[in-house]
Amino acid sequence: MDFLRPASWEEALAAKAEHPAAVPIAGGTDVMVEINFDHRRPEYLLDLTRIGDLYEWEVGEDSVRLGASVPYTRIMENLRTELPGLALASHTVASPQIRNRGGVGGNLGTASPAGDAHPALLAAGAEVEAESAARGTRLIPIDAFYTGVKRNALQPDELIRAVHVKKADGPQQFSKVGTRNAMVIAVCAFGLALHPHTRTVRTGIGSAAPTPVRATTAEEFLNAALEEGGFWDNGKIITPSVAKQFADLCSAACNPIDDVRGTASYRRHAVGVLARRTLTWTWESYRGTHRATEGAA
Amino acid sequence: MRVNLTVNGRPQEADDVWEGESLLYVLRERLGLPGSKNACEQGECGSCTVRLDGVPVCSCLVAAGQAEGRDVVTVEGLADFARQRDGGGCASGACGGTGLDEAKAWQAGGTDSQTGEGTGLSPIQQAFIDAGAVQCGFCTPGLLVAADEMLERNPTPSDADIREALSGNLCRCTGYEKIMDAVRLAAARQGGAV
Ligand SMILES: Cc1cc2nc3c(=O)[nH]c(=O)nc-3n(C[C@H](O)[C@H](O)[C@H](O)COP(=O)(O)OP(=O)(O)OC[C@H]3O[C@@H](n4cnc5c(N)ncnc54)[C@H](O)[C@@H]3O)c2cc1C
Ligand code: FES
Ligand code: FES
Repeated sequence: MDFLRPASWEEALAAKAEHPAAVPIAGGTDVMVEINFDHRRPEYLLDLTRIGDLYEWEVGEDSVRLGASVPYTRIMENLRTELPGLALASHTVASPQIRNRGGVGGNLGTASPAGDAHPALLAAGAEVEAESAARGTRLIPIDAFYTGVKRNALQPDELIRAVHVKKADGPQQFSKVGTRNAMVIAVCAFGLALHPHTRTVRTGIGSAAPTPVRATTAEEFLNAALEEGGFWDNGKIITPSVAKQFADLCSAACNPIDDVRGTASYRRHAVGVLARRTLTWTWESYRGTHRATEGAA
Repeated sequence: MRVNLTVNGRPQEADDVWEGESLLYVLRERLGLPGSKNACEQGECGSCTVRLDGVPVCSCLVAAGQAEGRDVVTVEGLADFARQRDGGGCASGACGGTGLDEAKAWQAGGTDSQTGEGTGLSPIQQAFIDAGAVQCGFCTPGLLVAADEMLERNPTPSDADIREALSGNLCRCTGYEKIMDAVRLAAARQGGAV
């Protein structure tokens, strides 16, 4: 095994181009487990922890450009306003020690259906900034990023530089089912974001299909129902039948398996519950701000 | 490969390090510092917790090469580390950190719970003893490092803060209540209330 230690992003891209089989290692919270248990013996480890740029973020007009290695702890502490869904999801990852090292770049690299960043990214709307020495930078829409169980759209010579996550324009929630509050890989998880500017709702489902997915049929149904009832303007409570239908459609978007953490039917059921809850929470919060602005006008 | 790093305030070098090796292995097997425990090697138990450039991490998940040039504090150096932070002198005499031989030979010099004087313990270590938070002791080094770091950041933690800060450290013996007591005690002493 060789340990490659690029000091800059350009060096890292050059190393990845020269050794496409090299395994990048950032926080190491996925990679080191595999090495410790002999599940993986890469010929090259490509250490990304010396590249300072990957630990920085920039808050732009519409989105946050989040460096691939920004640890979850930083996201929780600094980006709660801009990226509330991702901050909530980050807080549910493992433990303080893991959150101090692991980040979204590694979560995307692993692309586990259970990765907690994914539902939040899907719901907020995001693009993955991938780069290679040969072809430069490209932005991969998050919906096109997950290509299979633990597979993603990266080419062998590419690295993730950053993730561009849309800044919240409305309330966001993230909810996860597990056996305890800490150190839990999701049985299933759900992210929901209200986008009042476009009058749309976006979702993300974790751990209930081969890849993280959006419940697009449920989103379309809810968008139409909210529009029809004038909900965005009148800020009324969402009709229980609408919430129920939304929850059922979210369950239907799952394609889960039975495993040690839960059965497929439990997952389908639980995703429906999480969908209804997160919708209620975010809508209540939207109504609150809606009433406040109405009152001020 | 060779790895150069600072451990408990002193520069160290480890030789013949395998590229896929963890920092935990380097500390225990190459530098002879077995304080950090190896229980799960998958980040679940926290018994290998050390501070890497000040940040609590599972050393079993840090690749040895990632520690090159970095600063590591282990449980063996915790007493000196706490003393320097509090602006006091060093137990080891010279304020140059804790040497390998001292660290290897480290043991609690005494357990005078009345005064805590001259025991070579950090306040958090003393509090763990006084509160009876140590049974088999396997989880203790990781808990000490994590609890000490929390008290540095947050001198007046709520119970929820303590639980959260220690949520990455498993203990199979105590049922956690005595550990909670110990951290509350250390916080109270730090604040001068006890
Ligand atoms: C005890 C424990 C509990 C956990 N609990 C959770 C949990 O609750 N929720 C959750 O989502 N995850 C959990 N994880 C998994 C892990 O912490 C996350 O997936 C984390 O986001 C990985 O980030 P990292 O920086 O440590 O990745 P690494 O381990 O360094 O890398 C992970 C993968 O991404 C690749 N990679 C890393 N950076 C880049 C880059 N810039 N470009 C291209 N590829 C890259 C690596 O090659 C590797 O394949 C847990 C892990 C442990 C050990
Ligand atoms: S040995 Fe590192 S967390 Fe258990
Ligand atoms: S005292 Fe035995 S594991 Fe905690």
